[in-house]
Amino acid sequence: MSAVLFVVSRLCRDRSALVGLLLILALGAAALLAPVLATHPDDVFELHPAQRLQPPGAQHLLGTDRMGSDIYSRLLFGARITILIGVIAVGASLLIGVPVGLVAGYYHGWLSDLLMRTSDVFLAVPQVVLAIAIAQTLGPSLPNVILALSVTYWPWFARLVYAETRSLQNEVFIESTAALGASPLRLIALHVLPNVASPIIVRASIGMGFTILTAAALGFLGLGPPPPTPEWGRTIAESREFLPDAWWYAAAPGLAIFLTVMGFNLLGDGLRDVLDPRIRRAGGGSRVAAEDSDG
Amino acid sequence: MRVLALVLHRLAWFVPTLLGLLAVTFVISHVIPADPVALVAGETATPAQVAALRHQLGFDRPLAVQFVDYVVRLARGDLGTSLYTTRPIADDLASRLPATIELTLVAMVVSVIVGIPLGVVSALWRNSPLDHALRVITVSGLAIASFWLGIMLQLLFAMRLGWTPLNGRLQGFPPRGVTGLFLADALLTWDGAAFATALAHLALPAATLAFPALATLVRFTRAGVLEVMQSNFVLYERAMGMPRSVIVWKYILRSALTSTVTQIGLLFGILLAGAVVTETVFDWPGMGTYAVNSIIRSDYNAVMGFTVWAGAIFLVVNLLVDVVHTVVDPRERVS
Repeated sequence: MSAVLFVVSRLCRDRSALVGLLLILALGAAALLAPVLATHPDDVFELHPAQRLQPPGAQHLLGTDRMGSDIYSRLLFGARITILIGVIAVGASLLIGVPVGLVAGYYHGWLSDLLMRTSDVFLAVPQVVLAIAIAQTLGPSLPNVILALSVTYWPWFARLVYAETRSLQNEVFIESTAALGASPLRLIALHVLPNVASPIIVRASIGMGFTILTAAALGFLGLGPPPPTPEWGRTIAESREFLPDAWWYAAAPGLAIFLTVMGFNLLGDGLRDVLDPRIRRAGGGSRVAAEDSDG
Repeated sequence: MRVLALVLHRLAWFVPTLLGLLAVTFVISHVIPADPVALVAGETATPAQVAALRHQLGFDRPLAVQFVDYVVRLARGDLGTSLYTTRPIADDLASRLPATIELTLVAMVVSVIVGIPLGVVSALWRNSPLDHALRVITVSGLAIASFWLGIMLQLLFAMRLGWTPLNGRLQGFPPRGVTGLFLADALLTWDGAAFATALAHLALPAATLAFPALATLVRFTRAGVLEVMQSNFVLYERAMGMPRSVIVWKYILRSALTSTVTQIGLLFGILLAGAVVTETVFDWPGMGTYAVNSIIRSDYNAVMGFTVWAGAIFLVVNLLVDVVHTVVDPRERVS
């Protein structure tokens, strides 16, 4: 617990990390309290044709859409979908990628090669291309989007954990623990994993942003959950035929995506500074660059 | 000789990775769907039609046989036939390739020309107001949904201000030419008017596509320059009393930019992926728009054909980047 408090207090000292944290807290609050915060909580499913495409005002904070539904209220409920997609997809990627990376990093041999070559195949092709193929094959739905994103994102964790595990292997404490007779399972779970936790946490935060962005793109392309789900990417696609007049219709969900992804990115950067003392010493050098090139 | 050995080593990995990619797309197209034939046949097909099609397409054979057949067909350049255009998918994609390449190349040039100097500037004047302003831009570039950015740019510059065309690649006839890249063709034929319209049509999609890549490049360059600035040899030059301008121009930039330049190849990957979505927004007649239209028409063959094709292009580009990297950067040869 004190470790968590330490990290949070350090984060609060870094202004941009604090902004990221606040953005994510706001997103969480929006999702949790959507029925309370929404001015028109029934508008996710109800239609009001008489009030369609109203500009933002006192009645409708962010205007209304083509069905006359309140965009602000629908955005709040859309936050739930966004969080759901991000958390499950990144969680599943962690569950696959971390064990794969640990095993491939700890052992040497054909299994290790096979695992890393498999993840290389996924890494060689942009996530959105494979995700499109999978989502198209399975059909547009929320579980299928999550599945498509998980299947295509786990290799990032696998590669990261693999590299970190390999570099830990030459450390004296790992060698001496092995020499004392610790079983591989014990060594991996109690000694390797805690030492690779920091980069995993950082990557998970940035991965949330990345996954949410890809999910929005799938929704925009019509591969997301079907209407009337208030998914943000789909809402932007719907708004296009009403431009330029109904600018709020397109602007609001895009801003929501932007702020959400920025929140996770800023938090990820902040966490990296706090959790990884190496780069503070190096003054934000090559590690930042190396992480950047793969997101 | 070491270089040649390394290049051969990279080449040797290329084939298994490509086969791995084909295995993935094979699983997606042949194994995951409960009935892949029904997907191809469409919803209106009768069971008898589906059975006939299954036999005709060879889906009643063992999976291993199907996979070998799949790889052999792809090796011959046969991506199948589009259900919508009823043309070979390889031809459809090839005819749309120049548009995608033109858009991607222009976006790449823009992001390099703008991104690298900005990265250098923000590293040299670290923590200055300019550095902070650039940080906002780079953070935004990595957080913005490119399809939304495209729509907002359309809203402002095409719909409200009327400075640029809304979408498409050209009005009227394309310039006569060989490359299929309208800018290059217009230049080659000295067709100024065509060049101007092509450029006007390119402006918004290229800006949309370039923004995330530019943000990545600024961050990367900044980090690279900062790292070199703190390295021992720069410290030494400083201790020797070299003027700052000499250190910056002669030592820091030369050293930092070599590693940045080799990373530009990787940008191509980010850009090609972004092109799928960006092209859709601007009705840019490239491969991305083709893929997305195929999704909308449930043209299942075409979507899978696009995936294989895009994946293969990616692997080839990665291979080229790796080879160039090995040849250009002496450090690669040591490790």
